Amino acid sequence: MKQPIDPIANYEATRRAVGYVPRARADQATYDALGFMSGLEVHQQLLTGQKLFCRCPAGIYQGPDDYDAEIIRHMRPTLSELGEYDGTALMEFKTRKQIVYRIKSRTACTYEVDDTPPFPLNRQALDIAIEIALLSRLKIVGEVHITRKQYLDGSIPTGFQRTAIIGVEGEIPLKRGPVRLIQLSLEEDSCREVSDIGHVRTYRTDRLGMPLIETVTYPDMKNPDEVREACDYIRFLNRSTGKVRTGIGAGRQDVNVSCRGGTRVEIKGVSHTAWIPELTHNECFRQWALLEIRRELLARVPDPAAWKPSSVRVRVLTWGLRSPALRALRERGQIMVAVNLPGFAGALSHFTQPGQCFADELAGRLKVIACLERPNMDHSEAAVPAISAGDWARIKQELTPSDGDAQLVFWGPEEDIKTALETVEERCRMAFAGVPNETRQPLADGTTVFERVLPGADRMYPDTDSKPIPLEDAHIERIRPSVPTEVSARYQQMKTWGVPENCYAYIFTRNLFPVIERVVSELGFGPVFVGTVFGQTLKHIEGHHQTTPDFTYNKVYGLFKYVKEQGLAPEIIRAMLPVLYQHPKMDFESILTSINFKRVAEDEILSKVPFLKEKIRSTRVSTDPSIEPHWIMGQLRTSALGNIGLTGLSKTIEHG
Amino acid sequence: MADDIFQGYKGAGLEVLKKFNVRVWGQAEVETTRGPFQGTVLPRADQDDDRHIVLKIATGYNIGVDIATITAMRETGYKKANYKIPEKQFPVTPGLPAVKLLGTGGTIASRLDYRTGAVIPAFTPGELYGAVPELADICNLTTEKLFAVFSENMGPEQYKALAVAIGREIENGIDGIVIGHGTDTMHYTAAALTFMVQDPPVPIVMVGSQRSSDRPSSDAALNLMHATTAAGHGGIAEVMVCMFGPTSDEYGFLHRGTRVRKMHSSYRSTFRTIGDTPLATVTRAGVKPIKQDFKPRRRDRKAVIRPFFEEKVAMIYYYTNMQPDMIDSLVEHGYKGIIIIGTGLGHVNKPLYPAIERAVAKGVHVFMTVQTLWGYVHMFVYDTGRDLMAKGVVPLENMLPEVAYIKLGWVLGQTRDRDEVRRMMLAPINDDITPREPYNGYLVYQGGVPEVEEFVRKVHK
Repeated sequence: MKQPIDPIANYEATRRAVGYVPRARADQATYDALGFMSGLEVHQQLLTGQKLFCRCPAGIYQGPDDYDAEIIRHMRPTLSELGEYDGTALMEFKTRKQIVYRIKSRTACTYEVDDTPPFPLNRQALDIAIEIALLSRLKIVGEVHITRKQYLDGSIPTGFQRTAIIGVEGEIPLKRGPVRLIQLSLEEDSCREVSDIGHVRTYRTDRLGMPLIETVTYPDMKNPDEVREACDYIRFLNRSTGKVRTGIGAGRQDVNVSCRGGTRVEIKGVSHTAWIPELTHNECFRQWALLEIRRELLARVPDPAAWKPSSVRVRVLTWGLRSPALRALRERGQIMVAVNLPGFAGALSHFTQPGQCFADELAGRLKVIACLERPNMDHSEAAVPAISAGDWARIKQELTPSDGDAQLVFWGPEEDIKTALETVEERCRMAFAGVPNETRQPLADGTTVFERVLPGADRMYPDTDSKPIPLEDAHIERIRPSVPTEVSARYQQMKTWGVPENCYAYIFTRNLFPVIERVVSELGFGPVFVGTVFGQTLKHIEGHHQTTPDFTYNKVYGLFKYVKEQGLAPEIIRAMLPVLYQHPKMDFESILTSINFKRVAEDEILSKVPFLKEKIRSTRVSTDPSIEPHWIMGQLRTSALGNIGLTGLSKTIEHG
Repeated sequence: MADDIFQGYKGAGLEVLKKFNVRVWGQAEVETTRGPFQGTVLPRADQDDDRHIVLKIATGYNIGVDIATITAMRETGYKKANYKIPEKQFPVTPGLPAVKLLGTGGTIASRLDYRTGAVIPAFTPGELYGAVPELADICNLTTEKLFAVFSENMGPEQYKALAVAIGREIENGIDGIVIGHGTDTMHYTAAALTFMVQDPPVPIVMVGSQRSSDRPSSDAALNLMHATTAAGHGGIAEVMVCMFGPTSDEYGFLHRGTRVRKMHSSYRSTFRTIGDTPLATVTRAGVKPIKQDFKPRRRDRKAVIRPFFEEKVAMIYYYTNMQPDMIDSLVEHGYKGIIIIGTGLGHVNKPLYPAIERAVAKGVHVFMTVQTLWGYVHMFVYDTGRDLMAKGVVPLENMLPEVAYIKLGWVLGQTRDRDEVRRMMLAPINDDITPREPYNGYLVYQGGVPEVEEFVRKVHK
C-alpha cells in the first residue's frame, strides 16, 4: 500500500510546483511567464430621475424585508441557434430554483416583473450614454437596436436584460499606451439578491431597470495593476461628466482573466477597484494550477473518456460509523454518498488559490448547481476531516479503491442527490480538459468561488417589443459641446500645475477637477494650493467628520470666492473648511467667528516681531538658530491666519 | 426571387446595398463618417425606415448604420443562416392518456430566430417535445394544425371548423383536446365552442400564453403542462380556458368557456371568471375542482356538434349621446341581430328609442347586456328599462357581452323565429346565464387598504 497523502504537505508541494508567488513578489516577468491576459466590463449607473424602460423612480432603495408583494417565477432555458440548450441555461434549469421577487409599489411597477411590455427608452439616459461614448472615443452607431441578453439566474424577471450598443471601437490612454475598447452599451440594471438558500433564491426589485452603461475593453491588460489602472480610468471618465450615480453599487465591474492555455473566466461584480489586482493575480494562478492538475491527471489516466467514478450510499448504522458529524446528518434525514475518484489521489488537496484546493471547486459547484448548502462534503485529503480515520477506512472498504484513487463524501436531501453526483463527475471530467468556462464570485481576501457556468455566445436576440432608435449627426452634435475634457488631459493639466499625485485619485473619484479649474481660472488662486485643499484637506475632513446633504463642492467654490472678496489670506480656507463641511448652511462670516478669527492689520502683526525676538533671545537655552523663527511663528499663527500670508510672514521673521 | 438577397430593404437603403454590392447575410466592412463598422448584414424589418442598414457585430449585438454616413462598403464573406426548431421523436408511453393539440395559429411554443428576431413557431409533437420535454410525462401528444391565423382574425369559419374537428377527434376516441389559441380573442372562441360542441365526453381545453416561449420567463410551457394535464387527466368534460391563476408560476385556473374574459392587456393572470368562481385550479399534480357542479368526463363518444353561425350580428357599446343612426345603419346594412352593451342596469338614452323600434319592426333581434360586466341587467327598476323592453329589447340577465354576441350569431344561424330566438338565448348553456351570483363572484379589491395590502404581501400575486 502506498503512503497516504499528507494534505498539508501536498498542498504546499503543489503550490511550489505551480510556482505561486504572492503579488508583492510578482513582476512583469511573472505575468509574462503565465501569459496573463485580462479585460474589463465596467458598469456605471446613470443619474436619471426614472428607470430605463418604465417610469418608476430610479435610485430609491429598500431594505431586504421591506416589500409589498412577492412574485414567484422559474426560468426555463430556451433553445439556442443550433437547437442546443446553452450551458448556463442547462445548469440553471438543473438547479430548479424557485425565484422570489420582492416588490415595493413605490419602486417597481408591472414592467419590472414582466407583466407589461417596455415603455419607450429613457432619452435622458440615452444622451448621457452618448456623451460618455464620445468621451471614450467610440464610434457612435447610426441606429440603436434594443437587444435581449439572456440571464437565467433570475436576476431579471424577464429572463433577459434589455441592452443596446451605443458605440463601438474606442480607446482610453493608459501609462503604457492605449487600451482598446470593444463597445459601450446602455442597459437596464438587475435585481439585488436577498438570499440564495437551497432551492429558493430571493431578489428585491428596487435597483431593477435602472439605467446603466457597460464599457467593455479588449483583453489588453498584461498585469494586475494595469487592470486596476484601466478600471480607475474608465470610472473617472464616467464620473467626469457629473451625470452618473456614485455610492455603493453605482459602479461595479466584471473582470475577465485567463492564462496561457487557460480559459476566459469572469470575476463578477467587483465593487472596489482596489480588489482587482489581488483577484486577477490569484485567478491567473488558479488557472495555472488547474493546468498543472490536468497534466498530472493525464499522466495517470491515459484515456479520460473511459474515466468513471463509482459511488455508494453511506450506511451509518449498518457500517457502524461513529463520527458525530455523520450521525447528525443522518438524524437530519440527509442522504450521504461516497464517491471513489480513480486516479485523483493528490488532486483533491492540490493548490488552486491561497487557502483553497481542488476539492473547493467541487464544493462550490455542489452548492450552486445541486443546491447543497455548505459544508456539503468531506474528502480523503481534507486538512481537517469531518469524518474520523476509522470511519474513512470503513467507507473506503465499500468503495474498493485502487492505489492512486481519492474519495469524497457529500450529503444533502434525497431529491438533490442525483444532480449532485452528476455535478461531481462533470467537474472531475473537466479537470482532464483544464480550465472550465465559468463566472466566479470575488471574496474580500482576493480569492474567488464558483458562481455560474459562463453563458454561451448565442444568448442575444432582438427585442421584438422595441423599435430601433435612429441617432442622427445633428443629435450627436447637440450633445458634443457638453462632453467634458478627457480625463487624460486633466491628469496632464494637474501634473503641469504641480498638484501632488497623491491628490489625483480623490479628485477624479469625486469629479472635482471642474471645480478646481474654476477656482484657479476664475478666482486666480494657485493651482497647487487649490489642488491640495481638495485632494488633501477636504479628503482628510471627509474621513473624520459627518456632513449633511446640503454640502456640495460648489460651496467650497463659494468659500474660495468669499476669501478672495474679503481680501483674506488663503490659508484660512483650510481652517474654515471643516466647519463648512459639518455645517454647510452656516454663512461664512459665522464660520470665521466660530474659529475665533479677528481682523488684524498686517502692520500690527509685523510690529510684534521685534518684541518676540527680544523675548526668545532672553529666554532660550538652545543655540539652534532655527528655533527662533519657529517659536515666533507659533506665537503669531493664530492671529496671522487669514490676515497675512504665512509664507510671507515666515520670511519676514527670518530676514526682517 | 432576385430581390430576396436584400431581404426587407427598400428605397435608399436598398440602393446603398446595391451600389456597394453587399447582400443580406454578407459579412461587411462599412466605412462611415463616424468611423469603420464591421458585421453581418441582417434583414430589415418591413415596418422600419429605409435610412439604416442593420449589422450583427462580433459581440452578438445588433446595430444600425445610418446610410447618410456611409462612404464605402465591402462584402468580405457570406453566410446565410437557416433556423428551425429541432425535432425530437415524442415518446409514446403506454398508460398515459392520448391528447390532441389543435393549432389555430397562435404561437404557444416558439423560439426566436436569433439573427432576425422572427418568431419560429414550434408545433409538431417533436418540436414541442424539444421545447417542453415535460409534456411526455403527462400524455401521449399528437397535433394537427387547422389553420394559421392571428387571434384577432379568428371568426365564424374557424369556430365551425374547430367544432367539426373536435367532433371527429371525440369520435376517434381521444382522451382530451387542447386548443392552442392567441389570447386576445380566446374568450370569443371559448364561448363559440361551448355552444357548438355540447355535452362533450372529454375535456376541451383552450390555452395560450401572455409571454412568448422564446423568453426564459414565459408562461407558455407551464400553461401547456397545465392544459395537457387538464385534458388528459382532469375529470371536467367542458370547454374551458386554462391560463395562469396568479402572475406567479404557481397554478393555473380552468375557466368555464362562457364566463371567462381577458381582463388585462399584458398580465399573465389576465383571464378571470366573471360573476362566479373558476371551475378549478390545475397544477402538474392534477386538477382540483373549485366548483362541484361541472359536467364529468364520460366513457361514451357522443357529442352534439352544432356548427352554425349567422355573421350579420353586431355588438354596440353604448356611450352618452349615441345617435340613432348608429342603429339605423346596422339595420340598413342587413344586420339580423344586435347586442347592446348598455349602461348600469341596462339602459340607453331616449333618442335611440325610435331607432330601436324601427330595428325590431324590421325583424332585427335586439338584446341587452351591461358594461359593468359583473351583475345582471335589471330593466324593471326604472321606467326607461320598462320602455325599452316594451319596444322589444330582451334583457340577457348576467350573460357577458362577448358571449351574448357569439350566442346570438349561433342562434340566428339556426332560426329566425322571434320566440324561438328569445327562448334559445335565455336557455342557459354551461352557465352563460347563472341563476344566482355567489358572494365571491365579484371580488375586485382595491390597493391601499390595509387588509388588502396585508393579503397581497402574504399571498403570491
